[in-house]
Amino acid sequence: MSQSLEDLGAHIKSSMTSAIEDVSVAFGELTISARAEQIVAVITFLRDDPRGRFTTMIDICGVDYPERGKRFDVVYHLLSMHLNQRIRIKVETNEDTPVPSIAAIYPCADWFEREAFDMYGILFANHPDLRRLLTDYGFQGYPLRKDFPLSGHVEVRYDAEQQRVIYEPVKLTQAFRNFDFLSPWEGMTLPGDEAGATQKGRANG
Amino acid sequence: MADDLSNAPTEEKRTFTINFGPQHPAAHGVLGLVLEHDGEVVERVDPHIGLLHRGTEKLIEYKTYLQAIPYFDRLDYVAPMNQEHAFCLAIEKLAGIEVPRRAQIIRVLYSEIGRILNHLLNVTTQAMDVGALTPPLWGFEEREKLMVFYERASGSRMHANYVRPGGVHQDLTPQLIDDIGEWCEQFPQKVRDIEGLLTDNRIFKQRNVDIGVVTREDALKWGFSGVMVRGSGMAWDLRRNQPYEIYNELEFKIPLGKNGDCYDRYLCRVEEMYESTKIMQQCVKLLKSTPGPVMTANSKYAPPRRAEMKQSMEALIHHFKLYTEGFHVPAGEAYACVEAPKGEFGVYLVADGTNKPYRLKIRAPGFPHLAAMDYLCKGHMLADVSAVLGSLDIVFGEIDR
Repeated sequence: MSQSLEDLGAHIKSSMTSAIEDVSVAFGELTISARAEQIVAVITFLRDDPRGRFTTMIDICGVDYPERGKRFDVVYHLLSMHLNQRIRIKVETNEDTPVPSIAAIYPCADWFEREAFDMYGILFANHPDLRRLLTDYGFQGYPLRKDFPLSGHVEVRYDAEQQRVIYEPVKLTQAFRNFDFLSPWEGMTLPGDEAGATQKGRANG
Repeated sequence: MADDLSNAPTEEKRTFTINFGPQHPAAHGVLGLVLEHDGEVVERVDPHIGLLHRGTEKLIEYKTYLQAIPYFDRLDYVAPMNQEHAFCLAIEKLAGIEVPRRAQIIRVLYSEIGRILNHLLNVTTQAMDVGALTPPLWGFEEREKLMVFYERASGSRMHANYVRPGGVHQDLTPQLIDDIGEWCEQFPQKVRDIEGLLTDNRIFKQRNVDIGVVTREDALKWGFSGVMVRGSGMAWDLRRNQPYEIYNELEFKIPLGKNGDCYDRYLCRVEEMYESTKIMQQCVKLLKSTPGPVMTANSKYAPPRRAEMKQSMEALIHHFKLYTEGFHVPAGEAYACVEAPKGEFGVYLVADGTNKPYRLKIRAPGFPHLAAMDYLCKGHMLADVSAVLGSLDIVFGEIDR
């Protein structure tokens, strides 16, 4: 299983050398990292190549790594029902650089890209209709970014005097407590015990 | 003056707009559709979703893995355990947890109960959308019995929180297994009764045959899965094609449609109920001959049994750590999916080695199905919109997340 995936990965890399940065197989899944500006060519290749035939778009989602220069990953999952295989393609982008939309290749990408835009503010170039999808009309901000607070910024209520629903800054009657239960349990390094941890790692490795 | 008139919309081009929902009994939840019509013919559908958006993915990033499981019950609340199952499969993939055989059988048994729960609701409410009132009454009686099985296994009728990483939470009692077996005996007759009301019903056929036809190419293009591709004649079922748990040992058929219309999808769902009942019977038989634990013995992921904690200090510490800090999932990313009743339900989990998911993307099968509403409804009559919507099998919990 993983051998055939590695073969497929090598085949993709050799066919699209300029667009593919990395190919890896982990947990029985094939992941390729591609250059964002080439994503349309990569996806089209994967769909049309006889060894790929990834005709079904499963999912597009964003992942946020705020500490990185290009903070967002856009992750595409494709499925080939013909050859019964899956692939994951990752590209990197930031807040300002649009990723070319693949809605022209898979029409269902339209909504997935709208969702990624809505949740992360990732821009998609040549998207037919890049509106917000899941959040409220007139919503400000991008909720799934790591720097967006869990409680949000505004809350709604019905105001009896104005006889309409109004938006107000969030007032929490009890402060939101984000408990940090992380402790030097399995896999953690005690502060000051870095040497011991690496020794352990060597013993395991 | 003449120029002004030529710019004005001419009489025959004028379309008018109808707001369908967000509070409409045929919208299957809180769906707003903005329909543009030419006469009674739908020209454009713009679904407005997100009214049930609760930020599940954001919330899960702030919860430990164990605390995140109940959120999955609340996605597709019609078949709760199937979602939990996908999430647990993703964790098990990353952490490399082995699931005991008995737990695998129980998972399959309850996945199929979930499938029947879902199809009973969908088939009967689809009938209600096109005018039949009796099927939901008959179907919900059986659903109620199945939810009692949920309750007897997990303590809760719907939001089970029963499937856990490494197995299931509690073993089933022999009495419960017997009762499920008995239920399987009488259930096919109930489906035949419902079929007697619908399958050859003239009105039902008039409303569903040749409505919302999906060709094979379009099913692929629009990212369909589950009954939406099987209704179009493509033999694709994750239980068969990418088997998980014990599905490759079980005997069941994959019903396929021919024409890809609403009626074929209805027939597929009905057939799947018969097949699910057969799977359940096989599971009941297997459960009776397979004793054993229902949770992995790996105490880093599964809590120790209560009796052990009375004697063993180690067990007590593990219990405390698992329910405060939670377990750590090794860094990495994995995509796990199950054949949920509505199609492929997938979980893309990015773990960073701590006790909370770094990112969790829920791939709901209904999402691409609903995205295709415009394509499916174009050129149909207004009344067909509710028939198409019914056969898409939409639940907003999973679409809005």
